[in-house]
Amino acid sequence: MEALLEILKELHPEVDFETCDTLIDDKILDSFDIVTIISEINTEYDVAIPAEEIIPENFNSAEALYDLIERLQDED
Amino acid sequence: MLFTSYNFIAFLIVIFLLYYLVPKKFQWVLLLAGSYFFYACAGIHFLAYIFATTVTTWWAAKRMTAIQQEQAAYLKVHKAELDREQKKAYKAGMKKRTRHWMLACLLFNLGILAVIKYTDFMISNINSIFHTGFTFMNFALPMGISFYTFQSMGYLIDVYRAKYPCQDSLPKFALFVSFFPQLVQGPISRYDALSQTLYEEHSLDWNNIRFGLQRILWGFFKKLLVADRLVVAVKALVGSPEEYTGAYVVLAVFFYAIQLYADFTGGIDITIGIAEVFGIRVTENFIRPYFSKNINEYWTRWHITMGTWFKDYIFYPISVCGWMLKLSKWSREKLGKEAGKRVPVYLANIVVWFTTGLWHGASWNFIVWGMLNCVVTLVSYELEPLYARFHEKVPAASGRWYDGFQAIRTFWIMGFIRILDCYRDVPLTFHQVGTVFTTGNWGSMFTGISALGLGAADYGVILFGAVMMFLVSLKGRSGSVRKQLAEKSVPVQVIVWFLLFFSILILGAYGVGYDSNQFIYNQF
Repeated sequence: MEALLEILKELHPEVDFETCDTLIDDKILDSFDIVTIISEINTEYDVAIPAEEIIPENFNSAEALYDLIERLQDED
Repeated sequence: MLFTSYNFIAFLIVIFLLYYLVPKKFQWVLLLAGSYFFYACAGIHFLAYIFATTVTTWWAAKRMTAIQQEQAAYLKVHKAELDREQKKAYKAGMKKRTRHWMLACLLFNLGILAVIKYTDFMISNINSIFHTGFTFMNFALPMGISFYTFQSMGYLIDVYRAKYPCQDSLPKFALFVSFFPQLVQGPISRYDALSQTLYEEHSLDWNNIRFGLQRILWGFFKKLLVADRLVVAVKALVGSPEEYTGAYVVLAVFFYAIQLYADFTGGIDITIGIAEVFGIRVTENFIRPYFSKNINEYWTRWHITMGTWFKDYIFYPISVCGWMLKLSKWSREKLGKEAGKRVPVYLANIVVWFTTGLWHGASWNFIVWGMLNCVVTLVSYELEPLYARFHEKVPAASGRWYDGFQAIRTFWIMGFIRILDCYRDVPLTFHQVGTVFTTGNWGSMFTGISALGLGAADYGVILFGAVMMFLVSLKGRSGSVRKQLAEKSVPVQVIVWFLLFFSILILGAYGVGYDSNQFIYNQF
């Protein structure tokens, strides 16, 4: 989780990713951010997030995103 | 049948009466019959195209859902016997089978679109590069082909991604593809959103009818008062480029921005209003786009359903696919972290804007239009840290006046890019825009404006219409304008209704020289 928070913080230092759960709903993350995050996650966790998983529920909070990473790692 | 024609209004009244007279379980059947009748009016032979897309997409989706169900059933039964690797291999095999159906259907339907829409463009390029003399095919473009193909392909990809199961009924799916209000210029609806109300049984609801009719009237107001008047001046300005240079190009940019807004949003208002009268909810396609503070925001407010279509089905799949992630990783190692981070964003953005341009039309004007949007988008992306530093240093650069400045800046940037729609070719467009900086004819513009085919009364009506559109947009910031109106007293509501109705009747552009114009987006 620490590494993920670092990735997110680097993009938006002004956001409290530990508590925010409206990253997509409040348009904090845009499509460019999402692609950057996915690319960083791929490097950091060796997990490829497919396009069909790019839905608000998976990207609205750091926690949801971390759950997604764990689920995809599990499926691998 | 144009939305603004008497035939269409008569057709709409008949469908409306029948819709609430037939047993409710046949309402969707009536809409299907009406949609196919509406489509046949554009040319009976075009039905073959829409029917081919409907049947192939419906069948491929059915096959994919069957494979997905087979997979779920098999894994349920054999869960205990299979180890992790075996499960993974089984899933991969099933995914491959669904992918074959998806790709075959995608290729077939995009192939039809490509052949019909782009063959002559290809021939023209080949002829000009290789000095050959291939004759043009002159295929007639079936009405709304770009819209219904993209809508169907969105459904196909969603079923492939198992976002929802397929629609079992072919006639019901045919209605989703051909639903007449949105067939000619969108919005490009998503199946999971539209199907919620499309097949439902609807009782006569005064609120739906009142709100729907208001929306239809508002669409007619924009189209007939503003768009169909301004088109005369825009055509004059871009039709004689030698005569209308410099300041007139700025005028053309300004007029076309208002014309296109009135035309396209007016058409969508009519679409959404008609659907609402039937109790059907169609996705909004515009949210006050000219209030956008930057180009990224603009594209989340203008032609929203097209933007999200390209984002979900082209931008994301390209930017997160296996080879792109590998390329990104490689770039990080070779070029550094910052450059590596940009690789997927840049490449996917280029592909998206190229295809967006091509989707709009088979011409270099649209391709260059797309690429200019791409450049501005990426430049804004790169300038973000600079803007952040600027705002840190100059905190006064904020608030309403700064928002207004940003909105005006975005309006003009988009306006100058958009003028590529109007001029004959790309070099001429660039030449004309260049004259803005070289021709000092600002003084003559104020006298020349009267020679563009519009009189003082026309400009008065346009100004009235534009001010009304602006005020309604302002009001819309605090919620639905129609809901706000519904909360007013009955006399106020009646006065607004009458004013709207009679301004269309009296001030609409009819008669000689004002033949009701095709909506601009019909041609896409």
